[in-house]
Amino acid sequence: MAGPTRPRVAVHKFSSCDGCQLAFLNLGEALLTLNELVEIRHFVEAGNYDPDAPVDIAFVEGSISTPEEAERIEAVRANSRWLVTIGACATAGGLQALRNLNDSNDTWRGAIYARPEYIDTLDHAEPVGQHVEVDLALWGCPIDQRQLVATIRDLLFGVTPAFPEERVCLECKRRHAVCIMVTQQKPCMGPVTQTGCGALCPRFGRDCYACFGPAENAATDALAAIFRRFGLDPRQIAHRFLFINNQAEPFTTAGKAILPMGLYRSDE
Amino acid sequence: MSEDRPIRIHVPAITRVEGEGALHLEIDGGQITRLTLEIFEPPRFFEKFLEGRTPQEVIDIVARICGICPVAYQVTAVQAIEKAFGIQPTPWSETMRRVLYCGEWIQSHALHIHMLAAPDFLGFDTALQMGQKHPEILRRGLHLQRIGNRLICLGGARSVHPIGLRPGGFFRIPDRADIATLIDELETVLPQAEELVEWAASLPLPATAQRFLCVALQEPHRYAIHRGEIVTSTGLRLTSDDYENHFREHQVPHSTALWSLLDGQPYLVGPLARINLGFDTLPEATRRLAADAGIHFPSQNPYHGIIARALEIHFALVEALTLLRTLPRAEQCDEAFTPIATTATACSEAPRGLLWHRYAFHEDGSVGEARIVPPTSQNQARIEQDLREALQQYGLERDADELRRRAETVIRNYDPCISCATHFIRMEIDRG
Repeated sequence: MAGPTRPRVAVHKFSSCDGCQLAFLNLGEALLTLNELVEIRHFVEAGNYDPDAPVDIAFVEGSISTPEEAERIEAVRANSRWLVTIGACATAGGLQALRNLNDSNDTWRGAIYARPEYIDTLDHAEPVGQHVEVDLALWGCPIDQRQLVATIRDLLFGVTPAFPEERVCLECKRRHAVCIMVTQQKPCMGPVTQTGCGALCPRFGRDCYACFGPAENAATDALAAIFRRFGLDPRQIAHRFLFINNQAEPFTTAGKAILPMGLYRSDE
Repeated sequence: MSEDRPIRIHVPAITRVEGEGALHLEIDGGQITRLTLEIFEPPRFFEKFLEGRTPQEVIDIVARICGICPVAYQVTAVQAIEKAFGIQPTPWSETMRRVLYCGEWIQSHALHIHMLAAPDFLGFDTALQMGQKHPEILRRGLHLQRIGNRLICLGGARSVHPIGLRPGGFFRIPDRADIATLIDELETVLPQAEELVEWAASLPLPATAQRFLCVALQEPHRYAIHRGEIVTSTGLRLTSDDYENHFREHQVPHSTALWSLLDGQPYLVGPLARINLGFDTLPEATRRLAADAGIHFPSQNPYHGIIARALEIHFALVEALTLLRTLPRAEQCDEAFTPIATTATACSEAPRGLLWHRYAFHEDGSVGEARIVPPTSQNQARIEQDLREALQQYGLERDADELRRRAETVIRNYDPCISCATHFIRMEIDRG
């Protein structure tokens, strides 16, 4: 056991699928090492409950989608030296933020629940950064374990973690993956999506669907034009941008420009 | 302690479950006067934003309902899509899906047994704490979890939200060398699963017998995972299309998850229900392990859920090994298919139990309407029923802390997946 000066860590969950927290629980032996290097103060799924403990690093999973969550994230911020968002939901609102596009909250709640008045949700599912200051954001749906471990290591050494925001295309080239857009005309989002996953989808023979969020200088209009040439209709193109990271710019703007009336009409 | 003494317990979150729920308990004059399992996880409206999406997008979206059992959601959805459009996956694709599903059972069960449930029975607050005293137990859990994740990666590239599945099959056929390596690893890890069963059966589990109904899928000659007929301990045999005629979901004021009942009755889904109904279809080696451990199935002791889970890990390892050793020729049907306007249902056995999907498709193949019933909302009524009986048997005169611990143990035993059903466990005991 290390001494009492170990950095304190918390893992907080908001609206999410729990998949990014699994990056911790799936660490294997490294989880035991991590437990020696840091003191895990709060991590509900792992059994540690102390939500108000002051910590050095707070990892936050999930988007802010209820009034209770909006209050809770303020407290997390106040108690944490560094706040790191983990995954698409915390970083950009995630898939569930699709309801923001047409202000569908009330309609959708009414369609699923017979007594919608019991369900207290905010109109929008929002990224953490819209509520409090975020020190570092990890993208991905889910996040990549190597990025998580690198982040913790860097922070322990007092180094600011830095991840390339370059495109998936560069990763494909490094790994000698054949371009599925050029060779198979698949509507790959790789040219506007940041690396981090290791170019999993193209290497598996399918088009990237942008789960790691926008790359730097993402040329969304140029890509949309190529998709049109491939024969995709406007709705199909909008779907490519308005998916897991639908609230991340420039994806939101690109998607809305193609389908100004929105993906979901309120009469649907 | 006097039965009239008012006691209130407030636990803001039950730990070691996937998601967020609350329990409200009132005891008056030595009787439980109110007991509600409250689920507060914010809803994310998946059924609604599936509307308008293409079949492939459906497969990628439903994974995000749950980070712990994405394969279950994807396989169920892809089967509904294939049924709708008359796509016939090749024997190879069918087999690979079953392999991935075995991987998901292994990782999810190993996580639950070691990280979530075991600390209750050995007297620890967390798995990492337990690991200080019993490092070998925690290590075994981490190894099993890893091999499960590796199986998912074989056809899915990553274990959380895999990317490999498409209507008709997979995007990529794995390399032979990778399969050979995995076969070796599976063989190495098998003895750990045997030990796990023995160990689980030796845990100090409370002795009890409760009356409850079981529901699980069944196939004639093998233990059902990714498909099968819905069978109930009341004697029903149903196709997935019949599901809605017998199972009804309704909303209760204290939960964001919809509750499900079988002809008006609470029922159990998950490992214990599966083994109770399908013990005979387990491989002989797994059945022998159960017999050696001295546990007889069907069992009406809910705590035998952890043993059922351990047995299913063993089964899934044996099954994955057999499937990978005898893989059919790696051939797949085309990526292209012709959609029609229709409705289709499908179900499978997620790690936590029966998972049912229904989609209405437009003629361009996009979703018109979706309905998904996850296992945890089906178990919710049964959990409340169990809590009521378990706490009464345990003794309502016990102090609040003991009651709270027991209640949490009961709830965790079901491995509730709160992200699937939406969830937060808060417990208040009012003794009037």
